[in-house]
Amino acid sequence: MTVTQSDFRNAVLNSDLPAPSGLTDGSGQVAGKRFDVYRNNVAVSLSEALETAFPVIAKLLGEENLKGISGLFLRQSPPENPMMMHYGAAFPDFLRSFAPLAHLPYLGDVAEVEQAMRRSYHAADSSPLEADVLAHMPADQIENIKFEFAPSSEVLSSSWPIYDIWAFNMIDGAPKPRAESQDVLVTRIDFDPEPHLLPPGGAVFVSALRSHKTLGEAAETAANSDENFDLGACLTLLLSTQALTTATL
Amino acid sequence: MFDAHPRFPELPNAPGVGYKPQHFQNIMEDAGSVEWFEVHAENYMGAGGRPHAQMRMLSEKFPISVHGVGLSIGGEGPLDPEHLGRLKHLCEWLQPTVFSEHLAWSSHENAFLNDLLPLPYTKDTLTRVADHIDQLQNTIGRQMMLENPSSYLAFEESTWSEPDFLREVANRSGCGLLLDVNNVFVSATNLGYDPRDYIAAYPLDKVGEIHLGGHDEDEDEHGATLLIDSHGKPVVDPVWALLDHTLALSGPRAILIEWDNDVPDWAELESEAARAANALSQVPA
Repeated sequence: MTVTQSDFRNAVLNSDLPAPSGLTDGSGQVAGKRFDVYRNNVAVSLSEALETAFPVIAKLLGEENLKGISGLFLRQSPPENPMMMHYGAAFPDFLRSFAPLAHLPYLGDVAEVEQAMRRSYHAADSSPLEADVLAHMPADQIENIKFEFAPSSEVLSSSWPIYDIWAFNMIDGAPKPRAESQDVLVTRIDFDPEPHLLPPGGAVFVSALRSHKTLGEAAETAANSDENFDLGACLTLLLSTQALTTATL
Repeated sequence: MFDAHPRFPELPNAPGVGYKPQHFQNIMEDAGSVEWFEVHAENYMGAGGRPHAQMRMLSEKFPISVHGVGLSIGGEGPLDPEHLGRLKHLCEWLQPTVFSEHLAWSSHENAFLNDLLPLPYTKDTLTRVADHIDQLQNTIGRQMMLENPSSYLAFEESTWSEPDFLREVANRSGCGLLLDVNNVFVSATNLGYDPRDYIAAYPLDKVGEIHLGGHDEDEDEHGATLLIDSHGKPVVDPVWALLDHTLALSGPRAILIEWDNDVPDWAELESEAARAANALSQVPA
């Protein structure tokens, strides 16, 4: 009796199926609980990977609920490759579409923040832009500057208070989330990624710069999108969090 | 192919431990009886950040063994060319002293199951595994070592014993072997044979590294002992005894303590390594 890897895989991921026949305990008895060791190893290792990757989602749902939800997710979306550091890319969308969680509509966007933090942690190293580089640019050319961003930087926009929810669950003493939409800039100084709340118009501004618009064009787009856009505050945030690597004319 | 030129050309016949980032400061201050470190290849396949920075510093001071857990060497399908490329890149920048992988499969039809799944020991498996090892060794430009698995069940279709199968794979592919003594103990208990018979049949001359780790104890539905390779506890006394028995036959080898779950503080992990150093000190060189 040949046991194919398809048979084995299907039975590992679906505990309603019997263990494939042709597997024994070494003395001729059918492998039952012995096959379950593999089922358990796979389910536990993938659930734990998700719990590690999404600590805020784990707090919001509770450990037991997350285990149950992970069990459904990992069977629907097992990893596609051995890069476990990125496993769970489809988890935000799963949370958004999972009907029993419809009363927590912000989960998917919060999970996106956690995904971005993880990508940032493993992103390539880079040297930050020195603040005085801008001071040495000719004043009449400042608006033509284009920036490059650190590979560890990301921008996320949400109609939910994603920064506040993240902070409330991860920082001791952080205030309760406000009822507002929020945008987040993820950056990494040295090795530890951090999310930062972007001020009004900030996400539009940063996204424009990231698509290689000039400083002047990006500022104009951001000001048109939000009357409270503050160019100085946004530039200060980008420099102090080491989001930028080069400035060129 | 590229030329491997590791800073440390050989693993010492001394204790090493599986590297955990939380132990970094302790290790840099005083590694005690630990003389080398093993890392899981897949944890160092990001583009940068702390994992790379720590590994650059660690590899300046200590021999590094890269241990792959995701290539699926026993997979029915072809090896994943992207993953082969990642392994090649890792070996190029880290220049580890040795590279090892498992006699197991983990990927099938675009799903990676994150566990070391078992293989039937047949002619077809032998051909496939030897071909895959050949492909890997050509990609990374160096010999690899293949590790014996922990078994919880047996395949009716198997026609080879595990030691004979590993010997033949090594003969065909030119790979070395990594002998996990805890896995031998776990498999022997689960499948009802004497672990010393397994060691007696094993090609010890091909062994470049020994693994030790902790296991959990359970029972199957018939009341038989079922040991589970968990890497979450100290090594048990019967496994230390099996190590002594093995070293008496093989001579001294590099010995790794694997502790991957419920990782203890550095002092406790180092004391396991010290016990391995003591076992080695009893072996004539």
